[in-house]
Order: sequence, then C-alpha cells, then structure tokens
Amino acid sequence: MSAKVVTISSGKGGVGKTTTTANLAVALAQENQKVVCIDGDIGLRNLDVILGLENRIVYDLVDVVEGRCRIRQAMIRDKRLPDLFLIPAAQTRDKSAVSPSDMIRLCEEIRDEMDWIIIDSPAGIERGFRNALAPADMVIVVTNPEVSSVRDADRIIGLVEAEEKGPAQLILNRVNLALTKRGDMLSTEDVLELLAINLIGVIPEDESVIVASNRGQPVTFANNSRAGQAFRNIAKRLLGEEVPFMNLETNHGLINRLAKLMKIRGD
Amino acid sequence: MDNFLEKLFKKEKKSANTAKERLKLVLIHDRTDITPGQLENLKNELIDVISKYIKIEPNKVKINMTQEGNEHRLIADIPITPSQNRRR
Repeated sequence: MSAKVVTISSGKGGVGKTTTTANLAVALAQENQKVVCIDGDIGLRNLDVILGLENRIVYDLVDVVEGRCRIRQAMIRDKRLPDLFLIPAAQTRDKSAVSPSDMIRLCEEIRDEMDWIIIDSPAGIERGFRNALAPADMVIVVTNPEVSSVRDADRIIGLVEAEEKGPAQLILNRVNLALTKRGDMLSTEDVLELLAINLIGVIPEDESVIVASNRGQPVTFANNSRAGQAFRNIAKRLLGEEVPFMNLETNHGLINRLAKLMKIRGD
Repeated sequence: MDNFLEKLFKKEKKSANTAKERLKLVLIHDRTDITPGQLENLKNELIDVISKYIKIEPNKVKINMTQEGNEHRLIADIPITPSQNRRR
C-alpha cells in the first residue's frame, strides 16, 4: 500500500477547500479506502470542526514535527468511519512552525499504511501553501464561478505547474444553476475555457452543506444531498471510475420527486 | 447620446459574459506579468520603430493579447498610410 497525496488548494479563502477536503475524505473512506486528512492551516485550523472531531484533539501537526509525539498519536480516528483519520493543525502557532521538508517526511512516514493522504491547504500562496504543495502527488484546485476566485485559481494553477506538480485538477464549487441559466453566473464551460484545466467535479450550491457544517457531519454522510452525491462522484473518479457529471437541474419536477420517493437516484 | 441610444435599443449585456471578458484580459496580464501600462509603452515603442521604415497610422495601431487554451499570442494590427505616389 502506498498512499496518493492529494493537496486541496484555491488561493482565495472561503471557496470551500476545507469542506471539499472533509467530504472527499469521507467519500473515499466510504469506498473502503484508508484515508488521512491533514489540516495545513496552522494557526487557523478548521478541518476538525467541519469533520466534527474538535473535541478529540490531543496532539497536532506541530507536536509531530517538533517531536512531542509520534505521528500515530496525532491521528484521530473517526468513529463513524474507522478508516478515516485526521491530523489537526496547531491553533496557537503559525505556518513557519512547519517546513515543506517536514511535510514530505511526515507523508512518507504514513504512506505505507494509507491509500490517500489529503492535505487541506491554507488560503494564500505563501509558506502554508508551499508546505501543503511539497508532498503532493496531485493537486486539486477548488474555485467558485466568480471573478476573484477564478483569478486566484489561475495563479495557483501556474504555481503548481512551476513546481512540476501539474497538471492540477479542478473542482468547481457552489454552482447555482438558476443564476447560470439567467446569464448571471459563469458557467462550467466558461471557467474551463478561462483556466484551460481538467475538470474532476462540479458541486452544486446546496444549503445542506451549511447544515452539515453546523452539525460537524460532512454532507457526504447524508444520502439525499446533491452536494454529497457530487463529492461521492469525485471520489469514484479519483479511484479511476468513469462517472458522468451530474445533471444540476433542481429536482422539483414531478418525475424527479417520484424518482426520489422510489429512491431512484437521477444522478 | 450614444449611451442613451445603446440603453434604449440594446439589452444590457449579461453579467456572466462581462465577467468572462474581464477575466480573459486579467488572466492574460497576470500570466504574462505585463500590465496594461507596459503594453501601452510597448505599443508606442513599436510605432516608433516601424515608423522609421514605413509610414503608418499611429492612432489606429492595436496591440492585443489573445489566449487559446494554453497558447498566448501578442497580436499587432498596424494599418499602413495609403501611399501618395501609387500609380492610378
């Protein structure tokens, strides 16, 4: 077993990196993969609350790097999915407490016993991003269909190429089909044309993502969420399955409702 | 007046299209690390150099960057002043 290291990045903050990391980790673990996710946002940790594991932290990433504990001790096992682990970031330190070579060493140490190591990169293009990028086998860039996040995504894609970690893959997050149809939101095609990058997933804007983060239960745990389904599809694509992109039409139609009642998924 | 007529007869451009057009330019400038100001300087120097050899119309010179996939191009459109001593 040798884990693939996937770094989730975006440049701009608030586009859904942490949500994506948590949900991809859950979706992969649901596919019986051994997954550890690492919060790379030292000083502003959040992956723990999104996963609902904030009360179980004893040691963190910086404790491992500075030798206060072994890496296994910092790995929190998710009780809902026994093959899912979290290494939380330190909250009272800053990014300079960890170096890119620390991250490479750390990933090497757990690589043999995992299938996937997913690193949640902090916003920005400085040290924290460099740390998250250093051990990556693959980089997933998350963006929203909106000018500032697309622009920042382009910067990240360029930096990933420059570090020879490319080509990056794209997740377009928070797509609002009604706005797109009205001509008031960049379409998936627009964003792909602008960024010239391979698409690995499209996540519809979904209120249940907020409910999920309130509860610390990533939306992928819920069976009836469209965002959750989209994340499960991405996990399958990561595992080499060919999954068609979801039809983002809202399912208010009678047939869709009936299908839902009969538990037939339209996606 | 132009603006008024435009508003009267033309529907306002969809904001997603505006976003896309704006982003196209911004990304080209970001990627090539050339600001619109530098591009203007480039244009002026180019006009000077070419004018040494051919009579051109400086006001009609256009310099643009375009993108197709991963390929970027600098495109210059330089109209030449019609020659006076052309035989009829």
